[in-house]
Amino acid sequence: MASLMQSLKRSMPAWLTGRRLVIGLPYAWFLILAFLPVLIVLKISLSEMQTTAVSGMVSWQGAWPSIKLDVSSYLFLASDELYLATYLSSISYAFYTTVICLGLGYPFAYFMARAPKKWQALLVMLIMLPFWTSFLLRIYAWKTLLVNNGLINNALLAIGWIDSPIEMLNTPFSLMIGMVYSYLPFMILPLYANLSKLDGRYLEAAADLGCHPFKTFWLITVPLSKAGIVAGCMLVFIPAVGEYVIPELLGGPNTLMIGRVLWDEFFSNNDWPMAGAVTIVMLLLIMLPLAIYNKLQSEGRA
Amino acid sequence: MNSTALKWFGRSWMLLVYAFLFLPIFTLVAYSFNDSQLVTVWSHASLRWYKALMQDSDLIAAVMLSLKIAFLSALISVFFGLFSAFALHRYRRFTGRGLLSSLASTPLVMPDVIVGLSLLLMLVSVQQALGYPERGLFTILLGHALLGTAYATVVVRSRLTEMDSKLEEAAMDLGCRPWQVFTLVTLPLLMPALLSAFLLTFTLSFDDVVLSSFLSGPGYSTMPMVIFSRARLGLNPSINALATVTIVIVSVVVIASTLYSLRQDRQRKRDIALAQHE
Repeated sequence: MASLMQSLKRSMPAWLTGRRLVIGLPYAWFLILAFLPVLIVLKISLSEMQTTAVSGMVSWQGAWPSIKLDVSSYLFLASDELYLATYLSSISYAFYTTVICLGLGYPFAYFMARAPKKWQALLVMLIMLPFWTSFLLRIYAWKTLLVNNGLINNALLAIGWIDSPIEMLNTPFSLMIGMVYSYLPFMILPLYANLSKLDGRYLEAAADLGCHPFKTFWLITVPLSKAGIVAGCMLVFIPAVGEYVIPELLGGPNTLMIGRVLWDEFFSNNDWPMAGAVTIVMLLLIMLPLAIYNKLQSEGRA
Repeated sequence: MNSTALKWFGRSWMLLVYAFLFLPIFTLVAYSFNDSQLVTVWSHASLRWYKALMQDSDLIAAVMLSLKIAFLSALISVFFGLFSAFALHRYRRFTGRGLLSSLASTPLVMPDVIVGLSLLLMLVSVQQALGYPERGLFTILLGHALLGTAYATVVVRSRLTEMDSKLEEAAMDLGCRPWQVFTLVTLPLLMPALLSAFLLTFTLSFDDVVLSSFLSGPGYSTMPMVIFSRARLGLNPSINALATVTIVIVSVVVIASTLYSLRQDRQRKRDIALAQHE
């Protein structure tokens, strides 16, 4: 083994040290697959769609490159009210999803963190378990539950709370159910990770000093869990803005989500520059939350 | 509210949230044994849809393709995830460390449609220049492996952070080469994390529909792509049967691997206690 390593080492070029290899390999991987594609999308969004392919951006005239930027996709995006309305409605759906997930998830994570220690591993596993089963199938299951003659309407009819089925599927309501359902674990897990590390002595000190439990909660627990709240909100909000599958299966034809517009521009209209422009604007919209998220990630590890 | 009331409030809150999370799964399983053609009407119990599933050659082919892609993608993801986690954990200062860290965590939150579209447009540009790669298994695999690497990095990195660096230091003090420290000490300690990263990235790949739809070519339909196209058209009871089969398999694997890693943990603690006692 040792001699093999040594002969390997001799045959390697001098600049290729172990450290360079360990850093360089994942670096190249992510640069090529995560960074370069975004640049290419930017380039294509600034190109003109021709009948079969996207036109080249740089053409050579003698020794001088001539760069042609076609901003027509962006101009169209800005002038068409439907796009603006879609962006706004995506953001508001993502916002409501985040707020509802926080409202449901915070008390849940709080009580989970205060449950007996020996139960906590099981409770966490139960949150993760749905996550391991196909997301698509779980969303599909909501379709069976929410449809007019589905389980929920039948149950409500049977106990006499309603006289006729409520139209739930293919409405903003079913979309929100699907979104909250899918993203709730992403809110609960960072909150739980944060709240379970909360030092109980702060709470005891507050109680000793005569602070009412509710006041202690607002003045101590909530501020101390700020990092968990922000992380959870980002983990829900950012992917929710671009969600495609849930609106497609539960939202019906009338719910406007930007992920669907992107999909249709690409697959139905075959308009690549437009799909590129929609993507770039979506990226700009989530840039700020993304920056906050990345900052939290690096701080959390430091 | 006194503390008993608060306790009961907490318990019922948790129960309701768990019910919300598990309700769809239970209905999928229950209705897979329903004889009726309509997914919403219960007639009587039967295995009709399991028989239909077994004869559904399109779906079976798609499952096989998904299994293949998921296995390969999990292997690649764990490999690159191990490297990137190790680089970020071990080397505190190098040029562009911040960029690597952001690039490795961005795919975790980035909407699928953005990742799918941008990867596809890149691959098409590469294909126009080099004539390779054709859209198909390889391109789907690249997309899944990118997403998987990001998740594997998180799993391996958090394990590295909580790991005791004293063991590695001891090995170095005893004259191990860095390579030997890594293979003899670090890697065995990381095994449980690598296993759970493998399972996680396998599941992610097996579950993905958006990236696959963008990156696949003619003749390559993964299982989620087939399910998605059927679910869009309406409700289909044989999907319930398929769901039940996957739920059973996944639950068995997840529970077994959790038990395995718990046992490994306890074994290691016992070993350490024993070593310290001697």
